[in-house]
Amino acid sequence: MPVPFPFSAIVGQEEMKLALLIGAVDSRIGGVLVFGDRGTGKSTAIRALAALLPKMKVVADCRYGCDPDAEVGVLCAECRGSRSETTPFKTKQVPVPVVDLPLGATEDRVIGALDLEMALTRGEKAFEPGLLARAHRGFLYIDEVNLLEDHLVDALLDVAASGENLVEREGLSVRHPARFVLIGSGNPEEGELRPQLLDRFGLSVEVRTPQDLQTRVQVVRLRDEYERDPAAFTEKWKRKDAKVRKRITDAQALLPEIEVNDQALEQAARLCMALGTDGLRGELTLIRACRALAALEGDKSVEVKHLRRLAPPALRHRLRRDPLDESGSTARVDRVVQELFPA
Amino acid sequence: MAGMSAPPANPLAKNPMGGDAPKPPPAPPRYHPWDDVALVATLFAVDPSGVGGVCLRALPGPVRDQWLADTRELLPPDMHRRKIPLHVTDGRLLGGLDLTATLRAGRPVAEHGLLAEAHGGVVELAMAERVRGSPVSYLCAALDTNEVVLERDGIALRSPARLGVIALDEGSNEDEQVADALLDRLAFLVDLSPIGVRDMGELPYSAADISAARDRLPAVTISEAQVGAICETALALGIYSLRAALHAVHAARIAAALDGDPEVTDGQVNLAARLVMAPRATQMPYVPPEQEQEPPPPEPPPPDQDQGESDQNQEERKDPLADQVLEAAKAAIPQDLLDRLRLGQLRRAKVRSTGKSGQVQQANMRGRPAGVRRGDLRPGDRLNLIETLRAAAPWQRVRRAERERGPAETPVKRKGGKAVAVVMPRVEVRKDDFRIQKYKHRSETTAIFVVDASGSSALHRLGEAKGAVELLLADCYVRRDRVALVAFRGKEAELLLPPTRSLVRTKRCLADLPGGGGTPLASGIETGLALADAVKRRGGTPLLVILTDGRANVARNGQGGRPQATEEALTVSRLVRASGVAAMVVDTSNHPHPQAKALAEAMDATYMPLPHADAGRLNAAVKAKAGL
Repeated sequence: MPVPFPFSAIVGQEEMKLALLIGAVDSRIGGVLVFGDRGTGKSTAIRALAALLPKMKVVADCRYGCDPDAEVGVLCAECRGSRSETTPFKTKQVPVPVVDLPLGATEDRVIGALDLEMALTRGEKAFEPGLLARAHRGFLYIDEVNLLEDHLVDALLDVAASGENLVEREGLSVRHPARFVLIGSGNPEEGELRPQLLDRFGLSVEVRTPQDLQTRVQVVRLRDEYERDPAAFTEKWKRKDAKVRKRITDAQALLPEIEVNDQALEQAARLCMALGTDGLRGELTLIRACRALAALEGDKSVEVKHLRRLAPPALRHRLRRDPLDESGSTARVDRVVQELFPA
Repeated sequence: MAGMSAPPANPLAKNPMGGDAPKPPPAPPRYHPWDDVALVATLFAVDPSGVGGVCLRALPGPVRDQWLADTRELLPPDMHRRKIPLHVTDGRLLGGLDLTATLRAGRPVAEHGLLAEAHGGVVELAMAERVRGSPVSYLCAALDTNEVVLERDGIALRSPARLGVIALDEGSNEDEQVADALLDRLAFLVDLSPIGVRDMGELPYSAADISAARDRLPAVTISEAQVGAICETALALGIYSLRAALHAVHAARIAAALDGDPEVTDGQVNLAARLVMAPRATQMPYVPPEQEQEPPPPEPPPPDQDQGESDQNQEERKDPLADQVLEAAKAAIPQDLLDRLRLGQLRRAKVRSTGKSGQVQQANMRGRPAGVRRGDLRPGDRLNLIETLRAAAPWQRVRRAERERGPAETPVKRKGGKAVAVVMPRVEVRKDDFRIQKYKHRSETTAIFVVDASGSSALHRLGEAKGAVELLLADCYVRRDRVALVAFRGKEAELLLPPTRSLVRTKRCLADLPGGGGTPLASGIETGLALADAVKRRGGTPLLVILTDGRANVARNGQGGRPQATEEALTVSRLVRASGVAAMVVDTSNHPHPQAKALAEAMDATYMPLPHADAGRLNAAVKAKAGL
């Protein structure tokens, strides 16, 4: 497998990088949608994130990678059965999975199906976990999510929301945990995403090609250097990548202690009301993302500066479209943020 | 191969390549259109996967054959080469379960697809301008990651796929273009159409030069200033994707490797800019064009005498490199760029939606076959028998075993009161195996007539407008298009008739349409656009036909006021353009009126003044607009 481009060597695209880090700190954020121009390093950033994530602890012989410290309800059937108060699970450290949903993947491989090999060689029916199982506790990345077949997207979102995958196939009935951060990327020119789907993603990021010369030159130079010798290039950026990794682990540890006071909650609510976002999902995501951001920044509680920064990615995809407002949803969020929390 | 110190005996002395030719003052170069395309073949052959590939715009013919044959000759003889046909299936492209082998072996056997088979080599994409959707995505993914990841038919497989693509673009006009996502990943866009058979010449390099260059390539360096110049040129030409700049950097390095230079020279940067960036320009640089483009020969020639220019620039080294590179690229920009640009942008807006909601839709029954999907068999679906049997085949052994194990489940049918054991089928097919044929077909057109029934327009012209609509209706009826009718007058717009095929209803509706009152033009267009969006979402292709004199005087909120009403009408019109809905404005005023024309321009619509529009012409215009 080719060496991925280092995360810390990605020039600019701060909002996208931040959204990915937030997803890495708190997986309950509900997924990240990255939409934007061609050739802006959407896929690069996500593949880079995979190489960077700290390892996680899993039950040693669990095929779903259950968390040994999790509550019973979150364990898979096998772990639930073998769990006992006296002897703790045998555990091991594994990399956090970042599963790439390849284009053209068929439903059986995504959801899971009968194990073909077992069926053919031994004539037995056995469940073979799919990509959703592999992504448990990690990330599931779908490039060109807007081109994915609708029935697959529906299945994915359903599992992403419930945290559990239920397979009924050939008289086989399997249920296993599948909690993952869904990351979708795409180019809006190739097809829009259904509005119902948009709302299901926690954060949405717009990436644009950098327009200033310096940044562009830097991107091209680094990319060219990487392509000439990926291994040496990655080595050079190793220390910086390690720093980012440490930031993630620190933030994960800090997260439970981050305070969300009533004032922050009220401000978030006012923001959502002013923007007219439907439902409570926007507020919840905004607060949750702000907690993760505070943890990343080493702050103790959620403050206005966090809200101000994350309002666009948490809310811009939840606005109703106004046919006559050409300014676009990002500008609308910015405007309201300016009104409510003048800098 | 030898180090970079020994430049190959160079058949290049006479070659008009960039400014990198050595000192002897170049003889006045005779420019041949073939030279650049031959160079592209050479650069591509050095590192096919590094440059991504070439988009070759040409109709099949001797010139294209020659170019392809030449390119083949330059590639190593043992290199894989695969051709991807237009209607390639996902399974063939990506790979999947090899059913025959699987059944024979009694265990799953995977089969590589075309992309994995071509690893280390080149794929030719036939009729590339017509390839859309998944094959494009697969190719792009392979170009980005250099591998094919397969998760299909119970098989998970990762195989390397480093390849270069030759996209054979046979499009004959601006409408037909290779998918943008793919173009973005190919370094070279070449148009062979201006090249005649007699223009063809030799290749500047031999296969040996190329293999030497291949060895030298990794060591070639490019300076920061040169990278900067390339990026600056890209910006000046309005090329925003960073991939283009990366392609140009890489092309410059290949050119240096070919010439045996350890460092890229400015001449090679010029060359790269000319070959990679000029064809992608979306704007002419802001720099006042001094003596650009002396119109050479008759036909629309692409690159022209940049040779002399870039050499001059070599001499007066004072010029910043970026200007020089820009100059080199600019000289190669086709002259009719601006015209083409305008057209291209307009068209782009319309062909853009290659995704879900475009012209091509999936339907149950009609159209051409477009793959299969798993699923329940619902009324109206058609089972793909072969695929279903294929899906069932691997599972036969388990199912048979299951059947033998569980006698309780032996299906028994009651027939005339007696239990009759059913003869077990040779092949057991279950619901999970069902594969349903998907079809694509051109979606039907819905013509949405937005009729201005206000006082200004209607009283004297409404009758004529109605007549025109009726004629169009008859035609729509013949084509089995659907028709909808929106009218606006007074304070608001009203949907008089939702999309229908009923000619009678439409006619009646139209006849009853009263006239008079203000002109809430913005509301009218907005209602029409909302309907167009709804049609699109349901899989149809909408066409807006707006009949008005363009003199708006009622704003969306129902208040009077000409300036605001006009402004709003224009804003909504721009939305029409942005949404990519095909539109047409029929000016119903007595004399062609600038306001209606401005409206048409804002929504990128065809403009047609009614006084001049006899029914026949109007009809033809609508037909053209609907792409029929």
